[in-house]
Amino acid sequence: MSLRDHSVELRPKLVGKRVKRTEDPRLLAGVGQYVDDMAPAGMVHVALRRSDQPHARILGIDVGEAFSVPGVIAIYDATDLESEVRPAIPTSRMPDYYATPIWPLARGKVRYVGEPVVAVVAESRYAAEDALEHITIDYEPLPFAIRQVDAVKDDAPLLHEEAGTNTIIRREFKRGDVDAAFESAAVTVRGRFRMTRKTAVAMENRSYLAEWDPRKQALTLYTSSNIPGVIRDVLSGCLDLPGTRLRVVAPDVGGSFGGKGSLYGEEILVCALARKLRCPVKFISDRLEDLSATSQAFDELIEAELAVTQDGLLIGLRADVIGDVGAYSIYPWTAALETVQVVSFLPGPYRMEHYRGRIRGVLTPKPPTGPYRGVGRPSSTFAMERLIEMAARKLGMDPVAFRRKNLVNADEFPYRTASGIIWDKSAFQECLAGACAHADYPNLLIERDEARRQGRWIGIGLASYAELTGIGSRISVAPGMPINTGTETSKIEIDATGAITAAFGIASHGQGLETTLAQVIVDELGCRLEDIEVKHGDSALVPMSSGTYASRSAVLGGGAATLAARVVKAKVLRAAAYLMEQDVDDLDMHDGIVTSKSSNRTMTLGEVASAVYSQMGRIPRDRREDLAASETYDPYLGTACSSTHLAMVEVDPETYGVKVLRYVVAEDCGKIINPMIVDGQVQGAVAQGIGAALLEEVVHDDQGQAVAASLADYLVPVASNIPDIGIVHIEADLPDTVGGFRGMGEGGTIGAPAAIANAVSDALSHLGLSVETLPITPERIFRMLQARVDPADAVTG
Amino acid sequence: MPEKKITLSVSVNGVVHTATVEPRMLLSDFLRHALGLTGTHVGCEHGVCGACTVLLDGRSARSCLMLAVQAEGAEIETVEGQGSVDRLGRIQEAFRQHHALQCGFCTPGFIMAITDMLRHHPLETDDQIREALSGNICRCTGYEHIVNAVRELAKERGPLT
Repeated sequence: MSLRDHSVELRPKLVGKRVKRTEDPRLLAGVGQYVDDMAPAGMVHVALRRSDQPHARILGIDVGEAFSVPGVIAIYDATDLESEVRPAIPTSRMPDYYATPIWPLARGKVRYVGEPVVAVVAESRYAAEDALEHITIDYEPLPFAIRQVDAVKDDAPLLHEEAGTNTIIRREFKRGDVDAAFESAAVTVRGRFRMTRKTAVAMENRSYLAEWDPRKQALTLYTSSNIPGVIRDVLSGCLDLPGTRLRVVAPDVGGSFGGKGSLYGEEILVCALARKLRCPVKFISDRLEDLSATSQAFDELIEAELAVTQDGLLIGLRADVIGDVGAYSIYPWTAALETVQVVSFLPGPYRMEHYRGRIRGVLTPKPPTGPYRGVGRPSSTFAMERLIEMAARKLGMDPVAFRRKNLVNADEFPYRTASGIIWDKSAFQECLAGACAHADYPNLLIERDEARRQGRWIGIGLASYAELTGIGSRISVAPGMPINTGTETSKIEIDATGAITAAFGIASHGQGLETTLAQVIVDELGCRLEDIEVKHGDSALVPMSSGTYASRSAVLGGGAATLAARVVKAKVLRAAAYLMEQDVDDLDMHDGIVTSKSSNRTMTLGEVASAVYSQMGRIPRDRREDLAASETYDPYLGTACSSTHLAMVEVDPETYGVKVLRYVVAEDCGKIINPMIVDGQVQGAVAQGIGAALLEEVVHDDQGQAVAASLADYLVPVASNIPDIGIVHIEADLPDTVGGFRGMGEGGTIGAPAAIANAVSDALSHLGLSVETLPITPERIFRMLQARVDPADAVTG
Repeated sequence: MPEKKITLSVSVNGVVHTATVEPRMLLSDFLRHALGLTGTHVGCEHGVCGACTVLLDGRSARSCLMLAVQAEGAEIETVEGQGSVDRLGRIQEAFRQHHALQCGFCTPGFIMAITDMLRHHPLETDDQIREALSGNICRCTGYEHIVNAVRELAKERGPLT
């Protein structure tokens, strides 16, 4: 490294700093703009009559006196919209898959409680809801199988007759000779693991507002979506409008966690109605609608078995999984997103030769499952990490030593897992060591054992995992899905005033990307933070984008920003070299000031911009370049992000309530752009993971009714449920991504359910109980204890 | 069904508003849609999440569980009264400093609830702070940064007198 390079390195960088967020002031002052905060003149409101049947034929719809309600404008069912829209088809190249069409309103049949059937348009939401009361829908109930174990059977009633089966997804991953591995194993452990159905519960409910511009015959949809580009592209087909006349904007969005990361029928609906009625049309979901019709998560039944040698080496894993995908395959991810990832990630961060993982995704009359923070991996990590601790216990090995022995070592990267995923390089072992060091694991064990001697039910649990983040074009985020998830574009422009606009297709909805992407640009371009305006969440900004999901925006957006900033900087320096009569190689820009190492002359970015754009003839026409660039980044493979979580819990022997006493996360997310934001992502995701482990559960009863209908039934964590999280950042060998970033937004929800399940199992180990279903509620612990009572003991005792 | 409208007079952030509303109109809808004060958010409409929290005569209240007409003659404070983009209030500044918000949707409700708890709750330990915050749901932060912000604010305030 030359002396000059040193001086560059010594300059203060913004990447790595706790920069306060630029999006905060508007959100804190109460002047953020979420979709429901918008009220264009002439706006009308939609309220939906939803199915109260899990599976039924619609025989007739009688609107009764609905039109007598003052303010009611129109009432529609599916038949009224046949000529207005085409359905969205969540296609996939996967064999044996059936793509269920997505229509805005139920056609002919309803397939889950909560499915939209009739739309009322009125001058106010109050009037629209009044009118719903007058509508009568005549249903012919149809048979159904509400549980996946029943729906998968050959003679189960079919939800989509056209599919010919309820099993619309089948996939198997295989390597080596797993059955032989099991025959030779010294120890095997098995379990039947179930992560029950969850839902995202973003605090802002799904919200849509469509505006029709009759002058341009153009439509703008404001949507609480984290994939506005994908929504634009699919609606273009549904509504037969080119991208020039269809714009999809995600303004301030109040969280998603995946729940707002798919196309919804209501988005098609408000667009079709705005065009039909030629006025702005708004639909705002209420919380009951959110709990009964936003995409849900997980709900796999995982039968898995692990084979281990006497020395404690993993040799084989077998799994048979039935995923309950709900009533429809969602767009664009399809029902394969969640289900297939369970079996592709099941082998985890471990070295293991022999594997067979099979998944069947079956339709049931419930809301569709879709992406939820962590996707597939919370379930797969829960199953695998339970097996790991069960095996360690059976072998009499410490679970930390057992993991250390089997985690892929630094010298083995890139490592191809038994399911074909490639771990590039990540700090698997260092994360395990880091979590144990932070928690002082040896002393924690002593503390636990002392507490146990006092009769307390205390347990320690770990979870190690790796995830694939910042996925490029080599593989699709969802298997066989035809849309491109491998690229993102950044368009950086310096205008005549020297102000910088950086436009992206990604859509920040709490991640603070307006700040972190600006930090990246400041360092690459050499400008001031306050001179940058980051724009995002608008399909009109870049030609194509698939949005913010799957821990990709820092990697892909940050990479694209880096590439574009480099191009723009080169243009600035070339212009400055001419203006300053300097050799371009002698110039650099920092803080928005161009300096020369061979002269005292300086120019501000504003002066350069003014010369380039506004001062005619200042730069000869053949040398003049606009200070702008658009660059697209494709990380091709993506990069592993790894972590170990460690939890200490206490179970109350009287109430069976679980309290999380300690929680530590050690993670390797590559180069950290903003440590404050990274900590916030980890803490928030761990809280969601603790919710999934202890509280959250969407329950459908045998009649197919959703039992959790309010936030008093579907419990999400509050401040008193969550401990402080100890966080260890391990910045090991940087990945080969532009910028060296790894994605880290989801990790907490992946590790936490497994770590909590292991800790609770450890706390209950003296009772011989093993947690195999989450959430592990007081009721479940009670039932496990009841089931444990051996009738033979009862007789003799 | 729509009924006879009622005239209502209420002070919001020190400004008296007089309006004619349906008796069934929720206070949250009145603030957001009649007055255009959209900083108050609605997350559940059944009083669990706390996003719609405002101050009613100085104490925190769920504006989604109240009818606008019940606020007749009352003094309402909302997040808009705490500060502005170019001049954030103290609680807002502490939230920014501690990164106590992510998507920002629940934040106005937290800020109003914290305004109340700083006036009335001891907040001497983290357990007390967490207990006091447990009436509001934040799905993004995991609460730790909010606890840090409140701890700092409580320390600044000193013990309740």
